[in-house]
Amino acid sequence: MSEVKFSKEHEWITLEGEVATIGITKHATEMLGDIVFAELPEKGKNVEKDGTAGVVESTKAASDVYTPISGEVVDVNQSIVDDPAKINEDPEGAAWFFKLKVKDLSELDTLMNKEEYEKFAKETSS
Amino acid sequence: MIKKTPLYNLHIQHGAKMVEFAGYQMPIQYKSGIIQEHKFTRENAGIFDVSHMGQLFITGSDQLTDDLEKIFPVNLKNLKINQSKYSFLMNEQGGIYDDLIITKLKDGYLIILNAACKKQDFEIIKKKLDYKYELNLDESLSLIAIQGPKAKDVLGKVVSNITNLKFMNGGEFEYDNLNIYITRSGYTGEDGFEISLENKNVEKFVDQLINYGAKLIGLGARDTLRLEAGLCLYGNDLDEKTSPIEANLKWAIPKSRVDSDYPGSNIIKKQIDDGVKTLRVGIKPETRVIARGNTKIFDQNDKEIGKVTSGTFGPSVECSIAMGYVENNYSPTNTKIFLEVRGKKVPANVCDLPFYKKNYVKGEKNV
Repeated sequence: MSEVKFSKEHEWITLEGEVATIGITKHATEMLGDIVFAELPEKGKNVEKDGTAGVVESTKAASDVYTPISGEVVDVNQSIVDDPAKINEDPEGAAWFFKLKVKDLSELDTLMNKEEYEKFAKETSS
Repeated sequence: MIKKTPLYNLHIQHGAKMVEFAGYQMPIQYKSGIIQEHKFTRENAGIFDVSHMGQLFITGSDQLTDDLEKIFPVNLKNLKINQSKYSFLMNEQGGIYDDLIITKLKDGYLIILNAACKKQDFEIIKKKLDYKYELNLDESLSLIAIQGPKAKDVLGKVVSNITNLKFMNGGEFEYDNLNIYITRSGYTGEDGFEISLENKNVEKFVDQLINYGAKLIGLGARDTLRLEAGLCLYGNDLDEKTSPIEANLKWAIPKSRVDSDYPGSNIIKKQIDDGVKTLRVGIKPETRVIARGNTKIFDQNDKEIGKVTSGTFGPSVECSIAMGYVENNYSPTNTKIFLEVRGKKVPANVCDLPFYKKNYVKGEKNV
């Protein structure tokens, strides 16, 4: 599996072959608070880089989930729709959001590595 | 300038995330988060800093009672000393400037006002009383609520003799050789108390409550608790264009006052006699989707019939809950309605309030 990459919208992405797995970061869940609702894209749908690909709601507010790269949705994680609290428990593991068949691998180059993201997250939250 | 309550430092010490609310820096949540804080209040005892709310003292005797009855649609003559009533400050159109709790004291009245409304309320009330009385919106006092099934036990360890208080009644109590004022009331659907005491004593007082097992709870859980209990939030569910009758709060206007004079009384009487066009109802979406304030409500023929005024996830009822206003013929329980969330129509049902119910300590109807 590839190195984890991160977007400015606080999504993480890993690549296995031509399929990418996408979720939201721990930092994002800490900012959101208790997540009580999740909506995921439909399987088979084509999503565009930086476009909306889902919604999470905490007790406080709703936030869009964006896709950091373009592709076709090949799988979604129904378990987080059924039990959104899982997103707070393991956001960067079991609580992934959706998988994409990647359209253009070079889009990954625009994303941050872990170190860059941690610095970005720290700067933007203070 | 954003104000701080005297408990600001304690909130920070306990890991509060602070937000601006009604001109004050207030804790929205602490480290454990809204859901845990909510559940802790339902099972134990939660402490709420509500010092941003207005504590308005009006000094006077029988003439003051007469004059206040011309302002508030409530029966103050029959009120015993230390007894409280829920009421409204209204405009001539029957709309609500604020919802409030009025308590009769030995030498006048105490009115608890919403933080965002208190300055305007003060001016309106002062003017309506023709500047005849001494009004004191007392900023030297803090207000603390302790709510939950263990509230009486925890508070009872810090203040003696509180368990005899009945719901919507208050009294003077002794704490650390000081007189403090406590009412049995709240905004969570739980048994609980509100304690008014001097700013300089409040941190020590709250520290003691914490030592006996209560926990600080933020505004986030205060909102989910009150919504589960079916209670209105001024500014969301009530405003200057909404009457108590439309808000389904007719119970708060006693029959004995329906024919007497107060601001908006003609309109209220007409609404009681003829009915209203829209009514506040409870709403349960059929999915987990949360319908927040201003979500449009439709019937099955796509006709717009109202809007949501408050909506959240209810941690104790474990489902999405909301309140809103619908055209009167859609107000019966179990009426099927649709909520437009992010462009999709989510099926929902009109339901009875509250969403969450507990038995109260004997006394009066909850507000």
